[in-house]
Amino acid sequence: MKALAWHGKHDVRMDTVDDPEIVNPRDAIIKVTSTAICGSDLHLYDGYIPTMKAGDILGHEFMGEVVEVGAKSTLKKGQRVVVPFTIACGSCYHCGKHQYSACDNGLPADNQDIAQTLYGQPMSGLFGYSHMTGGYAGGQAEYVRVPFSDVGPIVIPDGVDDDKVLFLSDILPTGWQAAEYAQIEPGDTVAVWGCGPVGLFAVQSAFLMGAERVIAIDHFPNRLALAKRFGAETINFEETATYEALMEMTGGIGPDAVIDAVGLEAHGLFVDNVIDQIKASTFLGTDRPHSIRQAIIACRKGGRVSMPAVYGGFVDKFPLGAFMEKGLTLKTGQTHVQHYLPGLLNAIMEGKIDTEFLISHRMPLMDAPKGYKMFHDQQNEVTKIVLKPGMAQG
Amino acid sequence: MADESVRDDAPAATAKSGDASRQFAQELPEAKGDQVVARSVTINRPVGELFTFFRDFSNLPSFMENVVRIDILDEKRSHWVVKAPGGGTVEWTARITDEAPNTLIAWISEEGADVPNSGHVTFRDAGARGTVVSATILYDPPAGFIGKIVAKMFQREPAIQARRDLRRFKQLMETGEIATPAMNPKQFEEMGL
Repeated sequence: MKALAWHGKHDVRMDTVDDPEIVNPRDAIIKVTSTAICGSDLHLYDGYIPTMKAGDILGHEFMGEVVEVGAKSTLKKGQRVVVPFTIACGSCYHCGKHQYSACDNGLPADNQDIAQTLYGQPMSGLFGYSHMTGGYAGGQAEYVRVPFSDVGPIVIPDGVDDDKVLFLSDILPTGWQAAEYAQIEPGDTVAVWGCGPVGLFAVQSAFLMGAERVIAIDHFPNRLALAKRFGAETINFEETATYEALMEMTGGIGPDAVIDAVGLEAHGLFVDNVIDQIKASTFLGTDRPHSIRQAIIACRKGGRVSMPAVYGGFVDKFPLGAFMEKGLTLKTGQTHVQHYLPGLLNAIMEGKIDTEFLISHRMPLMDAPKGYKMFHDQQNEVTKIVLKPGMAQG
Repeated sequence: MADESVRDDAPAATAKSGDASRQFAQELPEAKGDQVVARSVTINRPVGELFTFFRDFSNLPSFMENVVRIDILDEKRSHWVVKAPGGGTVEWTARITDEAPNTLIAWISEEGADVPNSGHVTFRDAGARGTVVSATILYDPPAGFIGKIVAKMFQREPAIQARRDLRRFKQLMETGEIATPAMNPKQFEEMGL
């Protein structure tokens, strides 16, 4: 089969590799019909994530048709499914509490060592996202082996377009969980840093959860325009002093809840960001946390901080004093995708959540390397690229 | 040696001082070995099920990566063939020195073992969380200190193995399978669990 493989920084290629087969009884093989490039794939593309090996197949947002099932899979051949990016067993203590991304068994035993050393305990496995998260082949391919297929994938009713439901795999539940973690109360003002897909879904989710105002912060005009479409007020941080604007827009109080949907590759020429960039390139610090710093400073006293943004290592100059003195609450983590799927599928079917607005480009899977470069170089125009293995190359 | 009267409540094997193996040896009916490894894992299954599976030593190679074969000699004795660093194997005959259903299995290697060892595996009911399984192993590293370094390089060092084997035991009992990124059964074989 053809699959998009990582070969180094800014070097991804379409490789020909063996088709995957059933290995374990709960496996299923999915023939991919749609797969997206995620903002977090750019972290891999830019070489920020350790434990990548040449030839690793990328992609953790995908859906397709079931073509093979193991003896203990509950799926049936021919079913269309969306697959969560988190690989969780459904039978351990954490899965029992619906903390799927904290699954004890999703990571192969040998791969658990790195995460245990870095984080204290190993987390769930992830598709196509380095060997620290299991070394599982990802979904930017014609076929994928899906472990624990009786727990993760959600079956999509006939007649519903791929483009409508594909984002159940990651970014929609991630945006939704981010809003849920902001513990929104009616009348709240919520500020969202980053109008990428997660930020835009967080904007929609925050309104559905009762926020009175949502203020979206970015520097790409096209992305800010999308946030505006859903009723958000906007701040372009290149034109406006963000903290001052947030304070003025909230009558000197600050937002009740803040959501950092930017993460470890924050853009922008802020002094702390430039220092972080130098440190990241010399391995003195791994993450560039400008947005979370600003969010904590802006958040109102006693407010809530939600951090869906991906951080992998250590940060410094974290405003721990402001965090403590103001008595803030922080909730964060990889998304417990499986927990949210049934409810969010319903919300899509009932028209409460718009998903297709996000897709700016559709292209054949074979054009994936071009897609990565476009997504990396043109973040204003490119909001989401969906790759279709079945689409003819133009 | 530390004053016993002021020792904390942590397991002996987590002590920073060097007498952990001596302290643990006192807990065993018969002890052999001067290095200690201790690992605990909580498994979301009833204690009886786990004990029964584990006590049938013919099940152990299904999750112990480096165990090539275990021959059951009689009710108390079993012969172990285990992969060694560098490609060879090491062997020993283990004898059960103490056993309590759903609670404990203690063993010691008999004379002539390539890697003299002893230890126990304990099972403790943890209510809604399942069962806490703890393995504590005393052993003499093959060819002393250098052997331990070599073993670590080949990831066949007992501390690494015990940790990974217990995780695989947990995976097998909780999910019915062992998690792997392998793309096909052949690759799974090559990866070795």
